[in-house]
This record gives sequence, C-alpha cells and structure tokens, in this order.
Amino acid sequence: MVTCTGCALLCDDIEIVVENGRIKEIRNACRRGTSRMKGCVNRLIPSIYQKPSDIDSAIRKAAEILKSAKSPMLFGFSNSTCEAQVRGIGLARKLNAMIDDTSSFCQGMLIEKVLQKKFRTCSLEDARNRADVLIYWGSDAQDSQPRHLSRFSYFPRGESRQRGYEEDRIAIAIDVRESNTAKICKGHFYRIPLKGDREFILALIDALSGKVPSYDTKKILELAGILKKAEFGMVFAGIGLTYSIKEDTGVLLTLGDLLPNFHIMPMVGHYNMRGFNESLFRETGFVNRVKFNGNVIHEDKYSILEILKEKRTDALLVIGADPLLSLPGTVVKHLSAIPVICIDPCTTLTSKIAAVTIPCAVSGVESDGTAVRMDGEVIKLSKVVENNYASDEIILNRLMEAV
Amino acid sequence: MLTVMELYQLLPKTNCKKCGESTCMAFAVALLSRKRKVPECTPLLEENFKKQREKLEALLLPTAGAEETGLIVHTELCTGCGNCVVACPVDVANDPKGAAIGRAPSNDKVIFKVVEGKVVASNIKECRRFGKSKVLCYACIDPCPTGAIEFV
Repeated sequence: MVTCTGCALLCDDIEIVVENGRIKEIRNACRRGTSRMKGCVNRLIPSIYQKPSDIDSAIRKAAEILKSAKSPMLFGFSNSTCEAQVRGIGLARKLNAMIDDTSSFCQGMLIEKVLQKKFRTCSLEDARNRADVLIYWGSDAQDSQPRHLSRFSYFPRGESRQRGYEEDRIAIAIDVRESNTAKICKGHFYRIPLKGDREFILALIDALSGKVPSYDTKKILELAGILKKAEFGMVFAGIGLTYSIKEDTGVLLTLGDLLPNFHIMPMVGHYNMRGFNESLFRETGFVNRVKFNGNVIHEDKYSILEILKEKRTDALLVIGADPLLSLPGTVVKHLSAIPVICIDPCTTLTSKIAAVTIPCAVSGVESDGTAVRMDGEVIKLSKVVENNYASDEIILNRLMEAV
Repeated sequence: MLTVMELYQLLPKTNCKKCGESTCMAFAVALLSRKRKVPECTPLLEENFKKQREKLEALLLPTAGAEETGLIVHTELCTGCGNCVVACPVDVANDPKGAAIGRAPSNDKVIFKVVEGKVVASNIKECRRFGKSKVLCYACIDPCPTGAIEFV
C-alpha cells in the first residue's frame, strides 16, 4: 500500500505494480492521483541561464544568487514533504529572507483560524463515522479531491451511519455554479450570486436565530431547518467561500456559534499545503507571509502577490510551484527582471524562464517522507521507484550548506 | 438511447423468417437486447441493403463493449473517483471492511475497481441486473456526475 500525493486527501490505499524501475499500473487511485504518480513527460534538467549543467554547479550557482541578493524570497513548498518544508524555513531564517507558500492566495486564512482553534474541526474519519449533514460550500470536491465523497464524506458507511448516503446522510452544495459536486447533491443545491456568500451567511444567521431572512426566504428557512436537526454537521469550505468572504471571518464565527454541532474543514488542494502552514505556525506563530530579519515579521505585504506586484524582491526561489502559470499576468511581470531558481521534478512554465533549474524527485514516489492531510493527520509517504534524483529535502540541505 | 423502432426501420421489413424469428420486429427486439447479431439477417448482406446495414452497424457500435447486463463504462468520462465502487450494494455486501467504508476493495468479489484512474467492471454475474431475479438497479449510475456509466 502506497500513499498518493495527488491532492490533500493523501489516500493511503493505493496499490502499485513496478516493473524495471517504472510504474506499470496504479490501482485504486483517481485520475488526478494516477497522473501525478506516473510522473511527468518532460523531466526537468539542471541548467544555469538556460544552458544545461550538472546538479552540483546548479546548486552552487543558486546559493551564490541567494547569498548576493538583498531581499531574497522563497516560495512554493505546497508540493514538498514536511521535512523539506522545515529545511526551507531554516534556509529562509539563515538568509534573512521572506517566505510564503501558495496558501496566501488559497486556504491560508481558514487554516490559520483552525490552527488558532477559533473554529471547531474534526478528522476525516470522524466525518465518515458520524457526519449526517455535509455542506460543500464553494468547493467542488468531486473534481478537486475526487475521492473525497467516496472515501470520507457522502457515500461510505460509517460507524453511526450504517446506511450511508441512501438514508443517513444529506449532502448540500452552496456554489455559484452547478458543479459536479452539486449534481450529486441534487435537491439540496443552493445557487448564490458571485460574492454572495456573505449575504447568504447573514440570511442564514437570521433564519437560525428565529428572524425572517431577507432574501430567498423559503429556501433559506428550509436549509436552516435541516441544519438545526443535524447531529454532526460538516462544512467543507472551498476556495470559493474563502475568496468571497476574504478576511471577514466574523460572520463565519457567528454562524459557527449558532450551529454548535457543526465542524469546518478547509478543502486544501495541494497535497502538503497544510503541512507548510503547520510547520511555519509551530516555528513563528503565523501560517504564511513571513519575513525573517533576526526576528519574525508577518505582514500582508509579504505575500507572493504583493511582493511581485511591488517588485520588492531581487531573487526568487520557487520549489514545487508554478507562479508564472497560476498568478495573474500583471503580477508575474517582475519575474522577468529577477533571477529565478526553480526546483521541480518537471519542466514548468516558470522553469522555462528560470536562471537556475534544479531537478528533484517526485515526492511520495521517488522519495519518502511525511505529509499532512487536509484535516491535520500526519501521513507517511513511501518511496516506490529507485532512481538518481535527489529529494527536495536533500537539495535544500545542500543549499543550506552552500549559503 | 437506442429504440426498437430505429432498428426496425433499417431492417428489410419483409418478415422472410430466414433468421428464425417470426417477424422483422422480433429480430429488431433481439438485436437491441444483444441476443442476435446483424449478419444473422441474410437479406441485409445483399448489395442493395448495403447502406442500411452500415447504418445499423454504426448504431449498434456503442453497445459492442457492453457486458452481459448491458453495462458500459465510458472511460474517457470516468475520473476514477470511486463513487460507484462505494455505492454499489453488491460491493458493500461483499466487502464490508473495504469498499463499504470507502477504502479500496480488499477482495475480488466486488464488481467495480479503479485501475489506472478509471473504473473497471468485473464479476458481472453478481450485478443485481443479471440473472432471472434481476432488478432495475441504478446505484452505480446515480452517483456518477460525469455520466461515465450507462446501461444499454
């Protein structure tokens, strides 16, 4: 049994057939997991300023760039093992650098509140065994975490939910479009306008506290009725909800107080984003957007978006992420002006413009370690394929020695 | 969804009984339930029925890969989420410690398995749509949001 690193569910029941050092067949993993574990078509090769090189000189050059930079920045880490993330934080500390991961424009805000124990949360096993009302809010779990519904939430039978989805569970989708998850929820799909989450929450709060909600009265009252009857409820908060309510978590907290049986789970995409948030939280008290200068400074302006927008870095190390692909064009313009160091198993858009590229092993397939599942459970990753690629942990270790 | 009338319109409609069925309509019904094959209608093999035969074969092509119960998995639509694996009542009964609680199937008695990110059906005789006491079960179709599972 192998752990899949396709998404933050970290399914640990995958069977793999390896033949001649290559994966021949993958069983039980979804399509997303299968394609990640099969590795990439275009492997990254070590290079310095677009010229092929060897890994030792690439690491030396990367260290040189980072050392000579005035305000270097480290970014990525959501697709690295916990061990590599701790090394990365150590490297940032040593370089007096800024460090951020993809959670600053993803689920960081919710995870921070969960780690600060402001929200009630529970493990995915609890959800499977006990949950009777499941709300997918701004989240298309069916597409983003394909096995979520079948492994942990709606379909499986649990200890106190023996009749599973047929009678014991109600799935509710709140979204701006009829996603694949909403198609499964059928009669319990609530379509809201773009950025309408706050208004929807306020109407729901009204309905739960005995007032008549201001809009869509009939449907909101019906939903409030279901929520009140729930014995063990789950809110799977997707990126749609996080983007819509931004930093205004007060309304969510009020809703949480009115629904004492409910638990929230931030739906994390990248397989170890929560791992980075937890590691940085343990060391600094913050989940992302941190600058080290002997002390720790945490400010919004240290998020990757703000840094690139305001051109406040002069060297960027990207590990296991692709900012050129995932960030808006106006923001990433600055990448062309600074040296970028890219550590990744595959050729990415960012690696094509990078000054230094360092190939690494695919974690969970070619290197082992640990990762944190979306509910905070630590899961072991195993090495199934032997080859010469160094893990990101080893590369960061060598960088640490060289700077 | 294919209908009997669509198939009947393309047959010679002469009720010649050469296939052994009493009418062309009866042959169309047998075609639809995959008990008979197109070449068993000998007049259709003649040159003047060539166009009709080709059309008929094209219509029946999507059902060629169907199992005995008529199950077809459209692999290009399947995302391997495993909803059908967990929802199938036969899987739940045959694998209470595996598929029933959302984990990977732990034995070979289950009908659905996910291989290479796509669902594969086996043990089709266990399916509730099979055999004499068959029922029209929709447990694997309903939880599939992409429509990758179909019965023909």
